[in-house]
Amino acid sequence: MLGPEQVPGSLEATAGTLRRDLLLAYRRRGDIINPLVFALIVVTLFPLGIGPGERLLAEIAPGLVWVVALLACLLSTDSIFRDDYLDGSLQQMLLSPQPGYFLVQAKVVVHWLVSGLPVTLMAPLLGLMLSMPGGGYLPLLVSLLFGTISLSMIGAIGAGLTVGLKRGGVLVALIVLPLYIPVMIFGSGAVVAGCEGRPYSGQLAVLVALTVLASVLAPLAITGALRINMDD
Amino acid sequence: MYFDSVAQLFAMDGHGVYVWSVYAAALAIIALLALTPVFKRRRFIAEETRVLTRQRNTPTTRLN
Amino acid sequence: MAIKWPLFFHKLGSPRWFYRIGGMWLPWMAALTSLLLLVGAVWGLAFAPEDFKQGNSYRIIYVHVPAAFIALAGYYVMALAGAVSLIWKMKVADIVLKCAAPIGAAMTVLALFSGAVWGKPTWGTWWVWDARNTSMLVLLFLYLGIYALYNSFEREEQAAKVCAVLALVGTVNIPIIYKSVDWWFTLHQPATLKITQASSMHASMWQPLLVMIAGFYLLYATLLIQRVRVEVLYRERRTRWVRDIVLQAGSVRK
Repeated sequence: MLGPEQVPGSLEATAGTLRRDLLLAYRRRGDIINPLVFALIVVTLFPLGIGPGERLLAEIAPGLVWVVALLACLLSTDSIFRDDYLDGSLQQMLLSPQPGYFLVQAKVVVHWLVSGLPVTLMAPLLGLMLSMPGGGYLPLLVSLLFGTISLSMIGAIGAGLTVGLKRGGVLVALIVLPLYIPVMIFGSGAVVAGCEGRPYSGQLAVLVALTVLASVLAPLAITGALRINMDD
Repeated sequence: MYFDSVAQLFAMDGHGVYVWSVYAAALAIIALLALTPVFKRRRFIAEETRVLTRQRNTPTTRLN
Repeated sequence: MAIKWPLFFHKLGSPRWFYRIGGMWLPWMAALTSLLLLVGAVWGLAFAPEDFKQGNSYRIIYVHVPAAFIALAGYYVMALAGAVSLIWKMKVADIVLKCAAPIGAAMTVLALFSGAVWGKPTWGTWWVWDARNTSMLVLLFLYLGIYALYNSFEREEQAAKVCAVLALVGTVNIPIIYKSVDWWFTLHQPATLKITQASSMHASMWQPLLVMIAGFYLLYATLLIQRVRVEVLYRERRTRWVRDIVLQAGSVRK
């Protein structure tokens, strides 16, 4: 038994979780590439499906890039807690004296670092493939940077709810996609405004507000969902 | 009545198909919602009756 | 915790009590519901004057608006039952949550269907991506998500708790979704949809609407209690009082 003075504080525990999850992600760095390749392939499908006309592609590019980025982030959502649930470390984490809220938040942040962030960085390439107008790139980067944080947070709720199930995949998408809608509306709204040369700071402000809201509230729902899945 | 005849009530100046199909759909959905629990209850009673009958008719075999 | 809840609240948590009282109320509620819906429908279909812009197709409003109200209210009922279930671990709340989902989903379908049929004579197309249609569609997705999640769990208590969390998350999200869809729509609003702006309704037109709305709320309560009672029987099938009901209703042969 550790004495009270030896129990790590919340901050230390959160940092420890961050370090551990980052290390695990680094060891499986091949997995980071998969969503990116997925996004590339899906974006390639669109000109093949609707024709290579630049005007048409340019017009639908902002929405399309956002939807593809969203789907790419969704791909890995299902497995945020799966491995830790199966090997029992998630249960230990929730039983630990540190508040589960921050530990869960740290796990989601790591998930964002290895899924949302790379997708964000690749998004301009996707825009280029769809001949998106020049004004759209800055709002695309900024909106995805914040938007994907919300997507990770909301997606983690779905992952937490279904962690005890053998198959989560499609179910997580079904639960989470409707909740993604506001994020996507304001994200692609900002990009559309940028493409048309209109101001887009309003949309970005709403997006940041949504992200803050999701980052604060989602961990509550996630810890609740995980705990329900624990008591067997 | 607002309409002059029953025929006009059904026709509604050409909008009758739309209006009446909505009311028919509403009726169908409400009927479906109201009847499923009735059948479910009936099934439950039948199932449990079988279970209870079986329990009555099997002699209680008690060890010791 | 030393909070004293009224006795009523405790009793509400008892499935047996709910079954008995619900059974006493149900016939009266069903009768009143039928009366209200019948009066409202006949009034709205045959006696209310026609709208000078939309003609008779506006009569769909007497189904569409109440159904949309119930669809939304039904989700909140579900979330409320979920919160009660999570906080007080009340058995009946679990059952209410389960039973509220199909009713709410059905009402959402009715609202969508009536909206689509209304759109055909009014806008010349079955489906318009306007703010209301779109948020109704998203609401249907939220219901379907709850339904799918519930059914993928084997243990009912766990299913109810998990769905309670999802319903609460959905409740926080519904106003955000509605606002964002609304904003999105004002951005893309085509000029042709301007007809839908409510032409001020005459009293003779909205009075039947009030009757229908009241009727639909009562209908919802009736359907919910009816469903919950049957589900209570299933959950409590091993108890003595349910056996007594079975013995009374069915014929158990000696």
